[in-house]
Amino acid sequence: MEFNGQGLKFNRRTLLKTTLAAGVTQIASPFVITARAADAIKIGMVDPLTGVYAAPAQNEVMGAKLAVAHINAKGGILGRQVELLVEDSANDVGTGVQKARKLIERDQVNFIIGDVNSGIAQAIAQVTAEKKVLHIVSGGHTDGITGKDCKWNVYRVCNTTRMEANSVSELLANKYGKKWHFITPDYAFGHTLYEACAANLKKLGGTVTGNELTPLGTSDFSAYLIKARTARPDVLLLLVQGSDMVNCLKQIVQFGIDKQIHVAGTQQELESLEALPPEARIGIWMFEWYWKQANVPHVDDFVAQIRKVNGGKVPTARHWFGYTSAMTFALVANQAKTLDAVKLAQALGDFELPPEVKLQPNKVYYRKDDHQLMTSAFIGEAVSKGASDPEDLFKVDSVVAGDKTAPPPAETGCKVQWPA
Amino acid sequence: MLQLLLFNVTNGLIIGAFYVLMALGLSLILNLSNVINFAHGGFLVIGGYIAYTITPYVGFWGALLIAPPLTALIGLIVERVLIRPLYGRDPLYSLLLTFGLAFIFEDGTRFIWGAQGKPVTVPPLLAQPLSYDFFFITGYRLFMVGMVIVTVSVLFVLLRYSRLGIRIRAGTLDLETVAVLGINVRTLRSLNFAVGIFLAGLSGVLAAGQLGLEPTMGSGLLMPSFIAIIVGGVGSLTGTLLGGLLIGVASGLTAMFLPAASEAIMYVLMAVVLLIRPRGLLGEEGMMT
Amino acid sequence: MKPSNPGKLVVLAGIWAALLLAPYWMPPLGGYTALGTRVLVLGLAAMSLNFLLGFAGVLSFGHAAYFGLGAYGAGFALKYLAPSTPLAIVAGMLLGGVAGALLGLLIVRRRGVYFAMVTIAFGQVFYYIAFQWSSVTGGDDGLRGFSRQPLDFGAFQIDILSNANNFYYFVLFCFAIAVAAMGFILRSPFGRTMLAIRENERRARFLGIPIERHIWIVFTLSCFFIGFAGALYALTNNFADPRGLHYSQSGDFVMMAVMGGMRSFWGPLLGAAVFVVLQDYLSSVTVNWMSFVGLLFVLVVLFFPRGLLGVIRSKATQ
Repeated sequence: MEFNGQGLKFNRRTLLKTTLAAGVTQIASPFVITARAADAIKIGMVDPLTGVYAAPAQNEVMGAKLAVAHINAKGGILGRQVELLVEDSANDVGTGVQKARKLIERDQVNFIIGDVNSGIAQAIAQVTAEKKVLHIVSGGHTDGITGKDCKWNVYRVCNTTRMEANSVSELLANKYGKKWHFITPDYAFGHTLYEACAANLKKLGGTVTGNELTPLGTSDFSAYLIKARTARPDVLLLLVQGSDMVNCLKQIVQFGIDKQIHVAGTQQELESLEALPPEARIGIWMFEWYWKQANVPHVDDFVAQIRKVNGGKVPTARHWFGYTSAMTFALVANQAKTLDAVKLAQALGDFELPPEVKLQPNKVYYRKDDHQLMTSAFIGEAVSKGASDPEDLFKVDSVVAGDKTAPPPAETGCKVQWPA
Repeated sequence: MLQLLLFNVTNGLIIGAFYVLMALGLSLILNLSNVINFAHGGFLVIGGYIAYTITPYVGFWGALLIAPPLTALIGLIVERVLIRPLYGRDPLYSLLLTFGLAFIFEDGTRFIWGAQGKPVTVPPLLAQPLSYDFFFITGYRLFMVGMVIVTVSVLFVLLRYSRLGIRIRAGTLDLETVAVLGINVRTLRSLNFAVGIFLAGLSGVLAAGQLGLEPTMGSGLLMPSFIAIIVGGVGSLTGTLLGGLLIGVASGLTAMFLPAASEAIMYVLMAVVLLIRPRGLLGEEGMMT
Repeated sequence: MKPSNPGKLVVLAGIWAALLLAPYWMPPLGGYTALGTRVLVLGLAAMSLNFLLGFAGVLSFGHAAYFGLGAYGAGFALKYLAPSTPLAIVAGMLLGGVAGALLGLLIVRRRGVYFAMVTIAFGQVFYYIAFQWSSVTGGDDGLRGFSRQPLDFGAFQIDILSNANNFYYFVLFCFAIAVAAMGFILRSPFGRTMLAIRENERRARFLGIPIERHIWIVFTLSCFFIGFAGALYALTNNFADPRGLHYSQSGDFVMMAVMGGMRSFWGPLLGAAVFVVLQDYLSSVTVNWMSFVGLLFVLVVLFFPRGLLGVIRSKATQ
């Protein structure tokens, strides 16, 4: 760099300037938060927009944004317009907690939604409880959030792992057999899901032929599948999620294991099915919400509206989680005519969602004793090629109401402590 | 029991073969230019996404042929613009730069192709197991191993007999003398980097058929490559080859008895090698500085 | 580092004034106290790393491992030992420091690129353990169930849990202690020797200085300091998780040190402030903040390798 010093320095400056200019235009384009109205009601949303959970997180945010648009079109909350402030937790607890504090202390949000990552959701819950802010966990599944770690100000929309296990257990045992082998992701979500499934299996008189604990982010499942195949179970349950699910299913099909053993699991998501090649879209699963529901009012509207902002793609359960979370705040606040977190938290107990929000056939309500939304389980099979629509990749066989899959409140271990 | 053992060792070799491909690219760049390419995983992902994008036009085989050279081209540009200024300097800077580059690649791929994973289809001919018993040796994995064997052979022949190869090897041992002998060291480094990135791109294409293709795919594959190099010995490509296979087999064997430790065993192996033979199995004395 | 001229005294006073008054000047500028606390903790970590990197010239790219261990140490202490904040901090510091001491023994003979690789790999070992040993560490979900305990002075208690300002001043106090210790060490004959080693290792060796032992000591000291910072981090979040140990966290620390200026004492704090604030701001404004941070890395390395303080200094001497 010593030679041609003068010329090079000049080039550096131009490069720097052009980079900065390009950078500024990026920042100025779609993602800028427009000037904040002073008297707007603010909903803060913390989700891992970057990292391994980026896809579901971004969908949740999209759903919440649609909800806010609807809320404002109907007059807002208590006559005031609503603003959604979105922060990226980057799948890191420290960042998630910091962003939650930022939203509460600096931006003075009235409500908080978050996080897809259960661990971060719980860490944020500590902050929201401390600061007395109503908090809805949209997409974190670990039981503790509405179980032994439940808090007065925290409600949850998505299923608990117990609910998921309960939804499919009988069906699998009766239809396919009672010897089950598990591939379980090695973290809280996986452990509780496995325990729930194994307990159910035992009650139904079945046996567990093995439980392969796989580290998160495992790319090669061959060793586990070798063991699973050797154990000769009736059903192979995949409890892994996200990219782990995609890798595992791909390899199962490549190994031809699905030809000898029934493949099933609990939670499955449209995002994962879409990431799989058609031949790997197999198995019996439960979805937490599905977009194709004939004869259920308002669903088609919702699908159409999400398609408009999602590049023509249909909403997934994640969109619905975000939508429901934000709508819940508006509904309960407008009904109770207050913004006080304690009063609203109490009003949410046994609060039922109207048809245009619940978007499913059964009665959907927030259970008072554990703050868990009694949302239905959509049980069915994966379909390799959508018949009517390229995204219709799941054939729903039954929709089971939430209060049938959820354990009784006494069993969840939740004892809500209200502030003095 | 013996059958299970055989299965897992074979499986381990297959896994190891893949690590070898990644690690060799990283090793090439490290040996000649003293650069730890943190962005190697990012190049892998780019290779995969390029293959995904062009497959509808040229098919799987066309993508296999075209994507790695394209990735290597991107690597060449990156090397010329960003990495070349750093050669004389403290290795800290190239480390930081490639680290930042990895961020840009991950976010860039997410920006262009979206956060959701992309379905990559493998030709049906390959997507079948070899036999009922050897179900885990699918046509695709066999193909992958075959590709690795071919690529590694070509690489070693290139290094041994071609002019470029000889220069690279000489440069690894003593770059100063090579420069004094009148060889354009800058071009040498660029070409070497391009070869390394070609390998990363190829790994990406192969990985896409096996794993789900998504932006965060690369980072998980970076660490095993590092370990393969450390275990095999810095400065020795054969060592890297050996290292990759070794950790693959170790991983496969451990998965048989204690699946949770199948990744940990790689680190244990590395620690053991560092304790007993710090320069690595086939490493050369003096390559440590 | 001893203020040998009034200019330096003024700068030093300025720095401390800014730190002491942070909860007051930050909010009007769009900041918030928790952000300041985060800057302090990460700044201390960056300064601890710089102890090794800038002053001894040793590149460790896996230092976050000891930071993370510090966090877990504090968490374990609070969860299983006793509800005492000072004990937690000491526990964290010890865990990070002792691990560093042990590992340091293995790797001090290596240098340069190979040393960096090994530190990365070993750092990842700890990340991996934290991630996998879920029964003890909580795995991917992290270590939860503890929180900062009020500081008990017998006669009165200071609540650092719910009061953000109180906690900020507590962290500032800890920061001051650590920084004073660092400064003291650097000014001592030992510190001078380290600088000599950094400038010209061969010559130092000819002078009979036991290089490996010195490097090991500096490595260990920097791990104690960064473990201390890690413990504070756990207190900030009431949480400890594996990501604090990951090499990307290490990379962030190195970047803070480089960006602020490796050759200066306060540089890393400045680097941390810029980095944390920038990341905080960018991630609220755009989903693609990672590209910008990556771009920052690239630009700093290519055009500002001496860091901000390096640029300011060269302008001052022109």
